[in-house]
Amino acid sequence: MTISRRDFLRVTVITGGGLVLAVSAPGCGPKSGKVSEFDPSIFVRLNPDNTVAITISKSEMGQGVRTSLAMLLAEELDADWNQVKVEQASYHDRYGDMSTGGSGSVRDLNLRLRQSGAALRAMLVGAAAKQWGVDPRECRTENSFVIHATSDRRLHYGALAERAATMPVPADLKLKPKSEWRLLGKDRVGVDVSDIVHGKAIYGLDVKIPGMLYASIERTHVFGGTIKSVDKTAALAIPGVKDVVQIAPVGPDINLHAGVAVVATSTWAAMQGRKALKIEWDLGPRVTESTDSYRAAMMASMERSGSEVVNKIGDPDGVLAKATAVISSTYEVPFLSHATMEPMNCTASVKGAMVEVWSPTQDPRWAAASVAKALAVDIKNVQVHVTLMGGGFGRRLNPDFSVEAAVVSKQVQQPVKVVWTREDDLRHDFYRPCAVHRVDASLGADGMPEAWRHRISTPSIDVWYGDKPKPGWGPNEADGAGNMSYRIKNRSCEYTLLESGVPRGWWRAVSTTHGVFATESTIDELAHVAGKDPVAFRLAMIDRVVVAQPPDFAEFPFDPARLKGVLQTAADKAGWGRALPAGHGMGIACSYDHLGYAAEVFEVSVANNKLRIHRVVCAADSGPIMNPTGAKAQIEGAIVQGLSATLKERITITGGGVTERNLDGYKLLRINEAPLAIEAYFVETDAPPTGLGEPAMPPVAPALANAIFKATGKRLRTLPLEIQIA
Amino acid sequence: MKLTVNGTVHDIDASPEMPLLWALRDVVGLTGTKFGCGIGMCGACTVHLDGAPVRSCSFGVGSAVGKSITTIEGLATSGQDHPVQQAWQQLNVPQCGYCQAGQLMSAAALLAKTPHPDDAAIDQAMAGNLCRCGTYVRIRQAVKLAAQIGAEGPHGAGVAR
Repeated sequence: MTISRRDFLRVTVITGGGLVLAVSAPGCGPKSGKVSEFDPSIFVRLNPDNTVAITISKSEMGQGVRTSLAMLLAEELDADWNQVKVEQASYHDRYGDMSTGGSGSVRDLNLRLRQSGAALRAMLVGAAAKQWGVDPRECRTENSFVIHATSDRRLHYGALAERAATMPVPADLKLKPKSEWRLLGKDRVGVDVSDIVHGKAIYGLDVKIPGMLYASIERTHVFGGTIKSVDKTAALAIPGVKDVVQIAPVGPDINLHAGVAVVATSTWAAMQGRKALKIEWDLGPRVTESTDSYRAAMMASMERSGSEVVNKIGDPDGVLAKATAVISSTYEVPFLSHATMEPMNCTASVKGAMVEVWSPTQDPRWAAASVAKALAVDIKNVQVHVTLMGGGFGRRLNPDFSVEAAVVSKQVQQPVKVVWTREDDLRHDFYRPCAVHRVDASLGADGMPEAWRHRISTPSIDVWYGDKPKPGWGPNEADGAGNMSYRIKNRSCEYTLLESGVPRGWWRAVSTTHGVFATESTIDELAHVAGKDPVAFRLAMIDRVVVAQPPDFAEFPFDPARLKGVLQTAADKAGWGRALPAGHGMGIACSYDHLGYAAEVFEVSVANNKLRIHRVVCAADSGPIMNPTGAKAQIEGAIVQGLSATLKERITITGGGVTERNLDGYKLLRINEAPLAIEAYFVETDAPPTGLGEPAMPPVAPALANAIFKATGKRLRTLPLEIQIA
Repeated sequence: MKLTVNGTVHDIDASPEMPLLWALRDVVGLTGTKFGCGIGMCGACTVHLDGAPVRSCSFGVGSAVGKSITTIEGLATSGQDHPVQQAWQQLNVPQCGYCQAGQLMSAAALLAKTPHPDDAAIDQAMAGNLCRCGTYVRIRQAVKLAAQIGAEGPHGAGVAR
């Protein structure tokens, strides 16, 4: 691969605490594609102790991005991995899109990091060659050294940095072919793992700054509720309580709930003070909303055409009207909470117009912009330091917890850490929307689907953040359903918005978590009715997507051969079709999500109403794999979290608020319920790399439900499944 | 009150009802022990009290006086990682890592009582520790590897740093 110098990079040296090679590469920062002034976005610090520190601008929430991104640069730089350190970037515009989500980190930064590493390496070689008076082509690099073998000379990068920065930026750069990778493609333990197992890793909740107080906030339990009056006398009498302040609600883009913050000298004192608050609430207009009222509305909408036709091919209504048999299936899924193990929290220090925030955020820019807006200060005066986070899954994209901390700190004029309890976290999330899907389908004379009409009703995520419904929301909400990749001549997808006051947000894999459940379960039902093998049935229909899709990425076109590839690989590895022990069943499902392809086979048994998952086999294709142990962890994690949602998780709305209080009510999968074995296989197509955080999630629910059907003959279409198995 | 944490005595000022978790984190200043649910349902706050695992979020600090408290920061002794810490690193168990202090403390307590647990024993002992990232399959493997390390001394299996 060759990159022309003209639109590539510039390098300079910054001194202070080691030499920093700062690289300005296109596509970073607001002036995307043009480097008109030097605005570096990639920093490599060569320290006197021979360590190499790489700045990472994406957030770590367990997906291993601090490791995989550092590996990309270190590979091309030929840096000694044992001496590589990772430094976390604080918010700055120059980094461009710092948000971490959509399985996009490796996808978006792969080339930029590798090009930067390759350029720096070439310049370090040039510097050494100049110093030695030799031809650079006679030099090689290894473990942070430039080596001139014929004269047996070597120089550490640290000793070359200053001169390297004066060398010309290479006119063209060749990235290493995969066959020459030393780091990439091999297992590397996460860069934070040592700190984690020794209790040294600093998450948001662990931040401590001088003079810091702790706050606990009582928020309205009814979405949209407001405060009528507060009696803070008893709270202020609790030992350690310093202050009680009110938080005014802010609209959906930031989504602060009306609340009262108790500020104290310890977390415990703040929680005790909070219990002593006497608040009179105005419950607001959403108090009549409930899971039951939503279900009634969504079910009613299944009986009529959707308010938006997402796409339509042929004449599904006409064919269905004439069909001798219509297979009609209705699927229901509840609201889900992210339930990150680390509850939301943030530490803020507001001094006049200057704001400093330490936040476990997936989107430092959104946090900074929202803090600036809420406090009416210039965003230039808002510093956002990104901490490690105890899980994210999309929840921590939202700026609400960051803004809350800043609002409280401003009022008490001291640094404050706002700590959410688990109850706060479960009851004030941005939930994966509830949904009802109905698919009406008919088979042709050949036993293959002839018509498919898919109706979806769900409260929209996009509408939540956009505040006002508007046409054109459909494709996003119908992702995994409307754009499914099966060739069916007469096909439609219709979407009806459900009006709801419950905040919605992006939950790992987003809409495909329910869209793929409906489509891949229905495909299985149709294969059963047709008497066909579910794998062969799918393989015969996988085709290029010809219908409306969510905003796509031109460089990453959907390739039906890759979907077939993972489906076939999963089936082969699982021994699809082999004789199973009595009472066992195997189910399969596949999906295309966040530009990644995945197929999963579940082998299960149900005895005495108890489900056992014996084995899960996953085949995934997201292009070349950078860190196999980390990539496999993402597959294992998506499967376990997907199972948790499929079997156990449910947020229930009553009286316009969340019913579940804590983890005794909102149940998560435990180790004794986890699969006995998870096997992950990568089909490493020679395609640009895409992310793996999400793609293995959507097949979980349908593959499991399809396996349960094989084991028991019972078709389960409502999540969570556990209540129906027992 | 006097609190013995990882062999060091801390003289702290806290109400005896304050959960040990918050006393450790906010007063003693050891933040390796994590807050997850506050009702003993997730296990993130697990520490050892005279060697036995307790959920520090639901245990008053006053009742810990006179006992020996071990937190994740004190699990390694005299510079030597506990076998569970070695195994967790070799198998790259943590994802976000937030629950892992609790997982490690529960696993260490299990191995102290049952040096070679099978899958069923591991599931039973570890069922009180939630992991949202889904590291359960690796945790099972790592507990078994730790059992081996404990029996044989450190060895080099697993993946490179």
